[in-house]
Amino acid sequence: MQPLLSVKDLRIHFHTRNGLVRAVDGISYDVHAGKTTAIIGESGSGKSVACYGLLGLIPKPPGKVEGGTADFGGKDLLQLSEAELRKIRGRGISIIFQDPMTSLNPYLRIGDQMIEPLQLHFGMKKAEAWKRATAVLEEVGIRDADRRMNSYPFEFSGGMRQRVVIAMALITEPEIIIADEPTTALDVTVQAQILKLIAELQRNHNIGVIFISHDLSVISDIADDICVMKNGEIVEQGSRQQIFEQAQHPYTKKLLDAVPDTHKDIVENNDSEFLVVENLCTHFSSSRRAPVVKAVDNVSFKIKRREIVGLVGESGSGKSTIGRSILRLVDPTSGSVKIEGTETTALGYRDLKMLRRHMQMIFQDPYASLNPRMSVYDTLAEPLLLHKIATRKTLDSAVFELMDSVELARESVLRYPHEFSGGQRQRIAIGRAIATKPKFIVADEPVSALDVTIQAQILDLLLELVDRYELTMLFISHDLAVVRYIADRILVMCQGELVESGHSDQVFDNPQHPYTQTLLKSVPGKYLHDEIAAG
Amino acid sequence: MFKFLGLRLLQAIPVLLVVITVTFFLVRAAPGGPFDDEKAVSPQVKAALEAQYNLDQPMHQQFFSYLIGLVQGDMGPSFKYPGRSVDELIFQGFPVTAELGLYALLFAVALGVLAGVFASLRPNTKQDYIPMSAAMVGICMPSFLLGPILVLVFGLWFDVLPVSGWGNSPGDKILPSLTLGSTYAAYIARLSRSGMLEILSQDYLRTARAKGLPEHTVIIKHALRGGLAPVIAFLGPAFAGLLSGSFVVETIFQIPGLGRFYVQAAFNRDYTMILGTTVFLSTLIVFFNLLSDVLAAWLNPRLRYQFK
Repeated sequence: MQPLLSVKDLRIHFHTRNGLVRAVDGISYDVHAGKTTAIIGESGSGKSVACYGLLGLIPKPPGKVEGGTADFGGKDLLQLSEAELRKIRGRGISIIFQDPMTSLNPYLRIGDQMIEPLQLHFGMKKAEAWKRATAVLEEVGIRDADRRMNSYPFEFSGGMRQRVVIAMALITEPEIIIADEPTTALDVTVQAQILKLIAELQRNHNIGVIFISHDLSVISDIADDICVMKNGEIVEQGSRQQIFEQAQHPYTKKLLDAVPDTHKDIVENNDSEFLVVENLCTHFSSSRRAPVVKAVDNVSFKIKRREIVGLVGESGSGKSTIGRSILRLVDPTSGSVKIEGTETTALGYRDLKMLRRHMQMIFQDPYASLNPRMSVYDTLAEPLLLHKIATRKTLDSAVFELMDSVELARESVLRYPHEFSGGQRQRIAIGRAIATKPKFIVADEPVSALDVTIQAQILDLLLELVDRYELTMLFISHDLAVVRYIADRILVMCQGELVESGHSDQVFDNPQHPYTQTLLKSVPGKYLHDEIAAG
Repeated sequence: MFKFLGLRLLQAIPVLLVVITVTFFLVRAAPGGPFDDEKAVSPQVKAALEAQYNLDQPMHQQFFSYLIGLVQGDMGPSFKYPGRSVDELIFQGFPVTAELGLYALLFAVALGVLAGVFASLRPNTKQDYIPMSAAMVGICMPSFLLGPILVLVFGLWFDVLPVSGWGNSPGDKILPSLTLGSTYAAYIARLSRSGMLEILSQDYLRTARAKGLPEHTVIIKHALRGGLAPVIAFLGPAFAGLLSGSFVVETIFQIPGLGRFYVQAAFNRDYTMILGTTVFLSTLIVFFNLLSDVLAAWLNPRLRYQFK
């Protein structure tokens, strides 16, 4: 069968001040009608550039197409003029972008944004285009589409916005849709809905899809063909079956191995309670008249010494607020939090500082949580001096010791955060957290901003540190696979309430609460996990 | 919306009250009085004058009778222009100043937005550096320097425009408006550039391009509204600044506007005139700030939502 799009030996280079970057270096792939070609790779591997470059949507300069052909309906996309390309953008090839929160214009009504391609490519009158857009909005599952056409993006949730973006990409009935990490910014249950929607529309309209992702589990569910990209090159490509069952290239194997699927031994034979949370409520209200938001509502649980407890829930479920309430970064409204028998909710400033030495937090975004003007040395030395753990004399060796324990090279001690990769930054953040020799760590989505191979390394580091320093940990995440890998026990949050808790296996293999069941059903990668289980 | 407006107007009352109180006592605390002249008047005459304008009464009494008058719309008689009230003088000078301010603002917005947007489209190239350097010069150049230069060039050398006056000969409004507006044009250019640069890097512009929209539609329809938000927020304070800051230009070009009355009143210790113009301009400043907030809200659906 003739492919819709055939890319041959595509090379796109960026001529930057720091030299030549071969973002895409001689890749070839085909896209067929009704099929999904997945491009998988870590951030910076050139997977997005490989697609945007076809439509002239990369910044030029510094970007430049250096060679190759991209045959689309008999025309070579790379040879077309800007005006000719514009006729193809949004008409022959549409794009679904990653982050629905930022990819819609906040100043324009949904309807006005949706009808643009129709007016542009088909010369439709406004009323006619509006009617058609309403119909498409309905098709992607937005209720009350008539009224919603007049809404602004901020009046929609993330999942709904992504539906709008999909509707907008689909509205001209393009032959190819480029989906660039379309579900990465979404919660797992919403992700499942969106993936299902894309697959359905693809089938109904016989569209060829290029699916860009870093998430192997997602790709394993939907891809027909897979290209594995690394440093601008495709290191391996083939059908889904070939890639998952007979991966040849070491990098592909590494990606497959990095998917967390096992879990550690459960800590047994200790029943000393470290943390006891009883009837914890944390409510917020933006003003006196606004309704109270019950971020955490009547939650009780216990954590034993040296236990890793996973706290799972979607964004807005209140899981981060629990972590912050325990550390008193926000003040709970009512209830009790006892750490080794000490009631923390009643502590004054001085006692709180003492307590904080023993309780630390690791944040989600290592880009944002490190001070960009402090070197690694300063970042790690600060807590050591603040809590009088090291003196001026012993400071150097204490800092080096910390760097060793988080596996950072000692030579990089004077570098600043921007000189490190995401994974290394998270190591710095972890080093800072363990600097005070804490007993308890709240890790709030510590790996969700990281690539999958890096994720595995950081999780292993955390496990090792928990073991070595006898830490107790509350591990907050929306990623069930990650939680299963690291946690002994799991708590499931939904809308501020704790709906289920139990040992990892118990929760995963035999979920009781309907919400947990939905959550588990939504996890991508069934194909992948079946493969792993089979062999 | 009306609730929001009402609330904001109520908030203006304490602001104005503070302005009135401070001005009232400050002008009286300044050395000298309205009837101190180089030519000394006899004590009897001075006392009679002060009695005529109630200046012999205790300070607090003067203050409250002024307030009562103000509420009724009476800002009292001018001390220096006998027989004329402050209201009369303000309403004589204000239309001229307002017209000058309006032209200056229109010029500033047109030139500033154009230059700023133009510069933002190719950042860090000549297309950016040249208008932005010009803007920097514009900000640094005081109007008492720019005014005479313009007069020299266009009035004397080329002899194409009148050098002074207002509404007497064709084209005599051009030079004062340019002089007054140029600083603001420079500010607006810088605001538009930074606002546009921020918006131009937003993901939703990539979405717009991916639809196949031509670049000018992307800029005008998708980028401009967000990019010019800082300019809109600046318009209110800018217009208020133009009104109250026009006295230099009015002096240079011999324009019978409010600004000159204001400055002369201060030199003459014309208490009621100083107070009257201050209160009047403060009210305008409050009003224009409110107006630009409303305008910003009208342009930004998210803010609009909060007012409902």
